[in-house]
Amino acid sequence: MAHEPLLSVRNLTVEFPSLHRIRPAVSSVSFDLGREKVGIIGESGSGKSTCGRAIMRLHPGRTRITADRMAFMGQDLLTLPERQMRAIRGHRIAMILQDPKYSLNPVMTVGEQIAETVILHERLPRRAARIRAMEMLEKVHIRDPERVMRLYPHEVSGGMGQRVMISMMLIAKPALIIADEPTSALDVSVRQQVLAILDELVTGSDMGLLFISHDLNLVRSFCDRVLIMYAGRVVEEIAAADLDRAQHPYTRGLLEALPSLTQPKDRLAVLQRDPAWGA
Amino acid sequence: MIEVKDLHVTFGTNHVVRGVDMTVSEGECFGLVGESGCGKSTVLGAIAGRVKRWQGSISAAEADLRPERRTLAQLRLQQMVFQDPFGSLHPRHTIGRALSEPLEIHGIPDREARIEQALDRVGLPRRFRFRYPHQLSGGQRQRVAIARALILEPKVLLLDEPTSALDVSIQAEILNLLKDLRQQQGLTYVLVSHDMAVVTHLSDRIAVMQDGTFVEVAPRAAMISGDLAHPYTRMLREGSLGYRPTEKEAL
Repeated sequence: MAHEPLLSVRNLTVEFPSLHRIRPAVSSVSFDLGREKVGIIGESGSGKSTCGRAIMRLHPGRTRITADRMAFMGQDLLTLPERQMRAIRGHRIAMILQDPKYSLNPVMTVGEQIAETVILHERLPRRAARIRAMEMLEKVHIRDPERVMRLYPHEVSGGMGQRVMISMMLIAKPALIIADEPTSALDVSVRQQVLAILDELVTGSDMGLLFISHDLNLVRSFCDRVLIMYAGRVVEEIAAADLDRAQHPYTRGLLEALPSLTQPKDRLAVLQRDPAWGA
Repeated sequence: MIEVKDLHVTFGTNHVVRGVDMTVSEGECFGLVGESGCGKSTVLGAIAGRVKRWQGSISAAEADLRPERRTLAQLRLQQMVFQDPFGSLHPRHTIGRALSEPLEIHGIPDREARIEQALDRVGLPRRFRFRYPHQLSGGQRQRVAIARALILEPKVLLLDEPTSALDVSIQAEILNLLKDLRQQQGLTYVLVSHDMAVVTHLSDRIAVMQDGTFVEVAPRAAMISGDLAHPYTRMLREGSLGYRPTEKEAL
């Protein structure tokens, strides 16, 4: 790709100050993201979600975020005033979260919530926003969107809720989507559908996707490129297709610790952690 | 070891388990997979005695079990390990107290020695008996939960998503431990999980459940080779292998 990457991050460090010490949750993370699907993989506490949230500047005020560069389409996300950041959030960069049960507003109908984004960011009149919301629901393959628009989040299933969230995030046609474990709360059958929709929309509208997940098999089959995080650092960056040829002992260890359907092993390799990885 | 015939469970108007038959022989690991709400945990609950209203027949170690009441000896025969080691251990009881509780209930002597032995078995240092759950990692807590299940020397271990709350590397440790324990002590397992790879890794036979019934019971080899009869089983298997872009047309 010749043109400038959508998102460029250099030496991103996120620290949460506590009473006793300052602990970096993410340290010196660098990556570029174009119009492609990039996965971030890591175990709990590896800093993958913190990374995604730092890009959106969603952390509480006391959090110390430093980076040599964190540029989104030429704009410096680190120094951007909060007012302009609000124009970016949900409009140019959107975030899909893990569980629709907790991420949707329980006292607003699905239709209102989806329409809210375009009313806010595009100043569309209510009626036009409603029509856009309806079209969006059709795009995520919801049958009978007219009926679903009037439902409250507790009245829809998990898979449908996640599709509602995706349509809410994509209605403003963002350039970048950060998806934080978007399918972890879903059943296998629904997961395939949601991923297919995400794939279709991202590829079709030329967006960039940052896909945060702990599921190795999922990321390697869904994404183009994978970043592997351990203790706040990116220990390896590799094309998803080459994951089997990963070099870093942590990546290798993760792959070997995973029970496999196609290559069954009698005993699973237990990951030997090396303190040097996180240093 | 366990025989379930025509099991039905109804919660209110919701018919959750609709006629399940299963036979698990001694030393076998029987896996149960299915999506959320298919009734897999309810089947396990009925065998364990947690679900107290069911129709049909369940027998364990050649004794017929009644839905509403069981003897201590019958309860001791099968023990359960739950999904979330953060929720299944009492936060204000030390590990030692958590482990001695089943012994007290069942009136078993030599508690001290048994607690130490149980910790040894799951590979935890003995000094851990003085610790509280919050001082332990997720994997260590799940080891405690397994030790608590084993301390009554049951014949059957009922495992309800034992590794779903754990990271991949910790999951590998627990799966290895479960495999070793089964070999050393000739235990019988019934393993419930939504993760096809985990179930197949441990189980000899795998039942696939949908809407309260078994759609297929497949041997391990068939699950690995993909030689499966039911389209739902094939779909679950495909899904666990990762994302398949071709399925777009199926929408």
